[in-house]
Amino acid sequence: MNDPAPLALAALLLPAASFLILSVAVPLRRSGRPGAGVSILFSAGALASAVSSWALSPPGAWSLRLWDWLPAEGGALASVGVLADAQSTAMLVLVAGVSFLVQVYSLGYLADEPPASLGRYYAYQSLFAFSMMGLVLAPNFLQLFICWELVGLCSYLLIGYWYQRPEAARAAVKAFWITKAGDVGLLIGIVLLWRQAGTFDYIRLLQLADSHLLPLGGLGVITFCLYLGAVGKSAQFPLHVWLPDAMEGPTPVSALIHAATMVTAGVYLLTRTAWLFALTPHVLALIGWVGAFTALLAATLACVQSDIKRVLAYSTVSQLGYMMAAIGAGYESAGFLHLLTHGVFKALLFLGAGAIIHAVGTNDIFAMGGLARRMPQTLVVFLVGTLSLAGIPLFAGFFSKEQVLGAVWFGGLTVPFLMLALAAFLTAFYMFRVIFIVFFGAPAHEAAVHGGAGTGHAHDAPLLMAIPLWILAALSMVIGTGFALSHPRAEFEAPGWITPLAVGAALAGILLAWLTYHRRAIDAEALAAAFAPIRAAALRRFWLDDLFEGIYRAILGLARIIGWIDRYLVDGVVNLLSAWTLQFGDRLRGIQSGLPQDYVYAIALGALLLIVWNQWPR
Amino acid sequence: MGLHPYLALAAALFSIGLFGVISRRNTIGILLGIELMLNAVNINLVAFARFTGAVAGMVFTVFTISITVAEVALGLAIVILIFRVRHTVIADHLDLLRG
Repeated sequence: MNDPAPLALAALLLPAASFLILSVAVPLRRSGRPGAGVSILFSAGALASAVSSWALSPPGAWSLRLWDWLPAEGGALASVGVLADAQSTAMLVLVAGVSFLVQVYSLGYLADEPPASLGRYYAYQSLFAFSMMGLVLAPNFLQLFICWELVGLCSYLLIGYWYQRPEAARAAVKAFWITKAGDVGLLIGIVLLWRQAGTFDYIRLLQLADSHLLPLGGLGVITFCLYLGAVGKSAQFPLHVWLPDAMEGPTPVSALIHAATMVTAGVYLLTRTAWLFALTPHVLALIGWVGAFTALLAATLACVQSDIKRVLAYSTVSQLGYMMAAIGAGYESAGFLHLLTHGVFKALLFLGAGAIIHAVGTNDIFAMGGLARRMPQTLVVFLVGTLSLAGIPLFAGFFSKEQVLGAVWFGGLTVPFLMLALAAFLTAFYMFRVIFIVFFGAPAHEAAVHGGAGTGHAHDAPLLMAIPLWILAALSMVIGTGFALSHPRAEFEAPGWITPLAVGAALAGILLAWLTYHRRAIDAEALAAAFAPIRAAALRRFWLDDLFEGIYRAILGLARIIGWIDRYLVDGVVNLLSAWTLQFGDRLRGIQSGLPQDYVYAIALGALLLIVWNQWPR
Repeated sequence: MGLHPYLALAAALFSIGLFGVISRRNTIGILLGIELMLNAVNINLVAFARFTGAVAGMVFTVFTISITVAEVALGLAIVILIFRVRHTVIADHLDLLRG
């Protein structure tokens, strides 16, 4: 059996089966941990299928399984199925792997949840795994869009997992609406593309594009619309504002959906359809510029956050910017590599942060402090993730980040390249700021040491949570080297000075963080004062949230005015007409006396009138 | 004697009957008025039959007379039933269908 498609299909259908079981078998779902066991079991099966289908997918070959979905004259209008090639199966392994590890981890992280809630959580997790794999394996834009919306729904459901908390419910709605704003663009783009090319199919489209049969007129609008969907999903400027708020969900959810998989769907879409975007260079340039700008903006935002999950969220936005920049430069393979490595080490960082939050009971880094002795294992794995994110050699992030920087430089985007280099410096700085404050700093609040919700009883994570952490940490060490060995030749010749520059920027960031937050050689306040305007702007999140809040309020006000018009003007006219009719009828019914003689009289009179009218001399 | 006097008689009889139907308050009186109107029609039919030579008019008259008998029998039965239920046969009091 050398065909990867059936295995990929199995990986896709196993989580769907698990979701169906959990949603139909209500007692199983409400029992909590047994339901979770079912979900984890199916997820493990999906992971095994995904890995074997990946092993069977050599670069360049692809395998397809299609079923007609919308029948029409002259062939089906749309089909569903799986398209397994090296790219999609690699992504499939990432999704299945992180999904499996997160589900195992959640069993420890959410141990105190009521069983019914836990069952609901795992049902959503299974649905998410299915939708995301469906998105990854989609052979056409239509299936992609359906799964795209499904993962958005799962994201909404899981951010709002603690829906009793108003912030969580609010964040869920915010995430849903802002991504939806981008999705409208995606839908328009898909429909326009269909009108232009007459097909949703990737392979057909690729053939059309290769044989120059695809009309180029208006293609820029189409790719821009498709890109809009990616902007919403992959949290690019200016639609990135939902991602930090999405941290209201449970930390494992943040690791899976808002770091490793769903938010990278936009990057994946662009990678998947890079040949289409290659036809519209100006849109590509826009993608590159916006990506680099997003990376820099989010990096500055991450420097001023005091919530550990928010630091990581902005870091995710920043890294997504890196991937987009590489795609914008025209080297989507570099972006895709960064996607894969980032998925691993960012999931590791989030799960590590989850272990800390689980132990300490707060998200505030200044309320932690001095955890190095109490949680040595967590320190090690977190450090691995951080070094990887910072791009220190031999860790996964180093290879992919270097590739991205090289791609952007070679693609001729000089200013975005500088932004990315600066962002690399900031990345190392804000991550090590977290490390030094959380693990090595003195506990900020004395009360915290003496039990309570503080760090007093903090300890390393239980086994269920520790195992996924160690696996991810090991992968972060290995995966980059593995990729570097299996893809020895890049598509471009990056100049030799890029590696020292990237590593130098990272080391400088680490050094600055060390001097500021550990040695206290540089006063943090003085440093903040030196960048006071940027800091003030970053604390206000560059007023983007205010802007969206304003737009939201304006739309709400407009809706209220329209509602008033509808209620009192439009409905008023209708109500007036009906009132008149009623009144007229009320008067008219008076002539129905019910006395037969009146009717006879009326008939006689009428007959007489008819006779007179008929006989009248004319 | 030509056709016209007959027609005039029938018209007069019809008008008297109609007046009775409209003006009488007693339901029995209304029935009597209807009888007059029907007989005016009979006179018309017979007169036309006599002066045009068409036999159909005569045949119709025979029908009308017999049906009138049945109609009166039914009408009186209804009046009696109404009297039993409502204790009145005055038409002005029977206005159940008033709008």
